[in-house]
Amino acid sequence: MNIFRDKIINGGFSVTAELFPPKGNDASALLKKADFLKPFVDAINVTDNQRASMRLGSMAVSRLIKEMGVEPIMQMTCRDRNRIALQSDLLSASALGIENVLILSGDHPLNGEYKDAKPVYDLDTVQLLTAAGMLIKGTDLAGKNLSGTPSFCLGAVVNPTANPVELQIMMLEKKINAGAVFFQTQPIFDVSQYEDFLGKVRPVTGAQKVRILPGVALLKSAKFVKFLLGLPGVNIPQATVDRIERAPDQLAEGIKICAETISRLRGIADGVHIMAIGMEEHIPEILRQAGIKSK
Amino acid sequence: MIITVQKPLPEILDSLKDYDNVFIVGCAACATKCQTGGEEAVKKISEELKKAGKKVSGSAVLDTPCDIRVAKRDLKNVSAGVFLILGCGAGVQSVEKVTSAPLVPALDPVFTGTVERIGIYHEYCALCGSCMLAGTGGICPITRCAKSLINGPCGGAVNGKCEADPDSDCAWALILEKTKGKGILKDYMPPRSFIKPKNIGRHKKTTL
Repeated sequence: MNIFRDKIINGGFSVTAELFPPKGNDASALLKKADFLKPFVDAINVTDNQRASMRLGSMAVSRLIKEMGVEPIMQMTCRDRNRIALQSDLLSASALGIENVLILSGDHPLNGEYKDAKPVYDLDTVQLLTAAGMLIKGTDLAGKNLSGTPSFCLGAVVNPTANPVELQIMMLEKKINAGAVFFQTQPIFDVSQYEDFLGKVRPVTGAQKVRILPGVALLKSAKFVKFLLGLPGVNIPQATVDRIERAPDQLAEGIKICAETISRLRGIADGVHIMAIGMEEHIPEILRQAGIKSK
Repeated sequence: MIITVQKPLPEILDSLKDYDNVFIVGCAACATKCQTGGEEAVKKISEELKKAGKKVSGSAVLDTPCDIRVAKRDLKNVSAGVFLILGCGAGVQSVEKVTSAPLVPALDPVFTGTVERIGIYHEYCALCGSCMLAGTGGICPITRCAKSLINGPCGGAVNGKCEADPDSDCAWALILEKTKGKGILKDYMPPRSFIKPKNIGRHKKTTL
């Protein structure tokens, strides 16, 4: 029973989190976190060589958490594999029982630790979603029949804060047409900005059964807020920055703000994707303050 | 034109270490425009080689060293211990067709460039074999998007700038601005073919 997929199809407020595979083959710390989060989230994203750094693979870790009864969302980037490897890995994931796949372009190698690496991008996200859709229907991109067809719940990302917004809407539409049924977003700090975005994408998403889970990040300290503000495209309202800076206990304030954001999103969003960035142990408290009961 | 940069002198000298009687071949086309393979560049490297103790037996700046007919015409009577070629890889390999002497490239070819002025070049064309500029307002997403994405931008483009190089414009933001939302923007672009068109003259190599 894939609760995550069920909510994507039938509705219901979804809660997802994400974990980063380690550099090395020892996944024990990650698995401990996954086990701890199990009662609180519908699924956990497993990142694919995040920030273009070399890590334990998303497919292997997705399978490991699946064995523990945690529903994985396997992230898959277009950065490192050509169309042969991408399709083969989709089949492999399916053979291992992985159903939820989130498709992304992937951070460029120049932003990671292998700047000299060949940026592959043989397929882009729209094309990879199309390929996955074809596999579901029983053929590959080359039109050859498959023996056994995979079943996927396909997702993609959209960036509600990126400009120009027309391009984000265009990509959202293309990804929906290519078969994406759920979307996760970069972290939202300003709920009214997200509401504006939803208004703009409604003509595209309105008639379709797609769910968008906005990202929410735990602002764990004033230092972290400062770091985030230095990243391109991150917009944190001044009032939020002030609250963290003035708080006697910045982490507690960050948890409170995160919970408030989730509460406000609850009325308008299909769910939330919580990015606790190494502080996953606080997710149950965030959800408790947001009034979301564990499963 | 083909943009080239000169290799570091120590690398050139290392490649020449087993040879003497160097004949220098320049290029009057792209490499002259780049100031990497014209008369002046030939003269400069000739002096540097002599200073390093190498014997330079002669030099010639060919109109187009990448044309085998030109290379044959200009080099057939040249005897050399080694040819040092101040041209792109097409030039080096055309000289290879007309001599059995060893060859050493002095330049690194970098890209096909659009010239703004000497020293300011833009990598706008990848010679991909399937030009899509008609639908993109004349802006190429293969070269000008860091990920060569042909269906639209990635999520990393912020305020019209590229995630891989914040000094560069996002190609798709430029395309949107130029086409005002028309053209191929909304069409699904299928995966690219990496097989180049066949039967270009008697061009034999068909893949990238």
